[in-house]
Amino acid sequence: MANSFTRMISGRNTAVMLASIGAGTLVSGYLLSDSTAAADRKRVYPPSADYPDLRKHNNCMASAMTPTIYAHLRDKTTPNNWTLDQCIQTGVDNPGHPFIKTVGMVAGDEESYEVFDELFDPVIKDRHNGYDPRTMKHHTDLDASKITSGMFDERYVLSSRVRTGRSIRGLSLPPACTRSERREVERVVVTALSGLKGELAGRYYSLGEMSEREQQKLIDDHFLFDKPVSPLLTAAGMARDWPDARGIWHNNEKNFLIWINEEDHTRIISMEKGGNMKRVFERFCRGLKQVEQLIQERGWEFMWNERLGYILTCPSNLGTGLRAGVHIRLPFLSRDPRFKKILDNLRLQKRGTGGVDTAASGDTVDISNLDRLGRSEVELVQIVIDGVNYLIECEKRLERGQDIKIPSPIPQFRK
Amino acid sequence: MPFGNTHNKLKMNYSSEQEYPDLSQHNNHMAKVLTPEMYANLRDKETPSGFTLDDVIQTGVDNPGHPFIMTVGCVAGDEETYEVFKDLLDPVIEDRHGGYKPSDKHKTDLNSENLQGGDDLDPNYVLSSRVRTGRSIRGFCLPPHCSRGERRAIENLSIESLDLLDGDLKGKYYALKNMTEEEQQQLIDDHFLFDKPVSPLLLASGMARDWPDGRGIWHNDNKTFLVWVNEEDHLRVISMQKGGNMREVFTRFCTGLTKIEGLFKERGHEFMWNEHLGYVLTCPSNLGTGLRAGVHVKLPNVSKHEKFGEILKRLRLQKRGTGGVDTAAVGGVFDISNADRLGFSEVELVQMVVDGVNLLVDMEKRLEAGESIDDLMPEQK
Repeated sequence: MANSFTRMISGRNTAVMLASIGAGTLVSGYLLSDSTAAADRKRVYPPSADYPDLRKHNNCMASAMTPTIYAHLRDKTTPNNWTLDQCIQTGVDNPGHPFIKTVGMVAGDEESYEVFDELFDPVIKDRHNGYDPRTMKHHTDLDASKITSGMFDERYVLSSRVRTGRSIRGLSLPPACTRSERREVERVVVTALSGLKGELAGRYYSLGEMSEREQQKLIDDHFLFDKPVSPLLTAAGMARDWPDARGIWHNNEKNFLIWINEEDHTRIISMEKGGNMKRVFERFCRGLKQVEQLIQERGWEFMWNERLGYILTCPSNLGTGLRAGVHIRLPFLSRDPRFKKILDNLRLQKRGTGGVDTAASGDTVDISNLDRLGRSEVELVQIVIDGVNYLIECEKRLERGQDIKIPSPIPQFRK
Repeated sequence: MPFGNTHNKLKMNYSSEQEYPDLSQHNNHMAKVLTPEMYANLRDKETPSGFTLDDVIQTGVDNPGHPFIMTVGCVAGDEETYEVFKDLLDPVIEDRHGGYKPSDKHKTDLNSENLQGGDDLDPNYVLSSRVRTGRSIRGFCLPPHCSRGERRAIENLSIESLDLLDGDLKGKYYALKNMTEEEQQQLIDDHFLFDKPVSPLLLASGMARDWPDGRGIWHNDNKTFLVWVNEEDHLRVISMQKGGNMREVFTRFCTGLTKIEGLFKERGHEFMWNEHLGYVLTCPSNLGTGLRAGVHVKLPNVSKHEKFGEILKRLRLQKRGTGGVDTAAVGGVFDISNADRLGFSEVELVQMVVDGVNLLVDMEKRLEAGESIDDLMPEQK
């Protein structure tokens, strides 16, 4: 849980403080030096010459981008010298799909969200269904004891899982990081994880160094991640230098797993077969807190602020970065025409059991929370628990030939 | 990435050892040459437009290569890359181009009159003839590094100039992002259309950014002269036709190139060229002439001969499948072209292809007739 120290630091103060740690006396948003040929090129090519052609595009970045915003931001850089063009390259290169609206931009570092807020803020609002980073605050709550009714009927729920991401403050994010920064992330996280004890004790498998047998085992356990092939990720530069400093850590019980330097600095996953979501979430929170403590002992912390919650590479994962979900069999309900509306009102999302962008196999679907930002972890997990319990009730009623009701929509953001 | 140095200064906060890439699994020219010492010496440098050492080598770090195929593993972001990073690129060039030294001079010869013969490669065997090269416009960054504004400026310059070609070369430009379905299908049927690169070698170097913005295809009405704009280089220029009249193909090639160069000069732009490296292109493998002259030729018997590889080597020729680089031959038909790019002039390279292909066809005829080809074995050129 983010402690009071991290909460003191927010917004622009962060950028200035970090800038003074990381890169001399540079201030966020400074203009490139005028003495280079790069500056000459800027004069020859005004922003209008470089404005991307987004007419065929359907992503959040393209919806929010205007020539005015581009002109304001093109020549700015973060203290780490990351530019707007680098943030939006993935959205320019991947026009998107008429049905699936991708985000279309990434952050290169924590300061990106500040320096380029003129573009990030409307994108965040669009993606997070109205969350306004300029006026709203995000609340973090990792106290799993608040969860109620977190044990599902296992005739329906086959497995339960909670995942999130965390970024190490002071180091650039995967699109931008240098090899040494990426190696530093690996070092910091692996050192911290080696301090985990008891049920959480485990070991690290570096992608570049694992043996054939270890690799096969990780594949069989469904733990192994591969070099990204999605053009959304490769266009953002996240696959550079693969597999240098990438790896997988998991505990001996195989129910707590961490990916290092894939799409974020870390992805943390708690999972088990069956329906004990409360226990999955308890382990999740316990593990996260312990890892946070262990990195703090060495002077590191997670990127977090009260505007945006936990800072991750993709704006879609801001806030909690949390996806809590189950694999659940709903043979009757999944065929009912009201299924989508029920899910919408419960603020849930269905996916195939292969994860995002896959189709459901048989009667089993992946059900998880829609939202990431604007509600705390506890609130989102409770929403999933209450929602899944409702879905199971519907399924049972349909089994008995009884009718079901579409529930009233639950409010999206906390009051 | 344009307009900046991709936070080179941030990297200087870390030591060279910490930043040095892991090249232990790698087999490409860059990996063979880049020692930790060299990395330490070059990593704080950048070209005037901000291209850095890591930009040069990223594609080679991301693509370890293949035990049998030695890729180059580095690219240029602008003309100055070859100067600022010469400590890396000179040995890469020497390795790739058969011992070409930093002090060597490259000869350019685009006078097709100097070619001997070449108008009568046997059309019973030679199905088509083709010559291609690339050109870069001086003053602009190259595809790995150029901004959208620069790429569009290159496109506009190219369209303006190409539109003024006349006679046998008169033609039309098709922008990739604007073409109609019919135009697209026609270009596919003519085998002219190029697509967004999928090769990780190209993607990792940033050449496919902003696709298809600023990219297009120009060809003459006769469909024998074709220019690709902003694919892997600023311009790729191709002359081709069915049959074995390589001389005609090369003459059109030289005439067209010379005219295009003149038209660009009228607009105040010249091609990147110097007397050491010849024509400067994105990939070090295409320096010098950037020229690949080749034929599609039926060699079902010769290709099965145990000395086929040796023959090609001595003739300084290279075989590919008819789908181009990295494809396999189909039905005994091979793409045979010059192996060299740098250190020989255009005329010399086309001459090697003409003479070499004539010899291969003679060998094919001998083998067809059940005769030996031992007396035809060439010396090493």
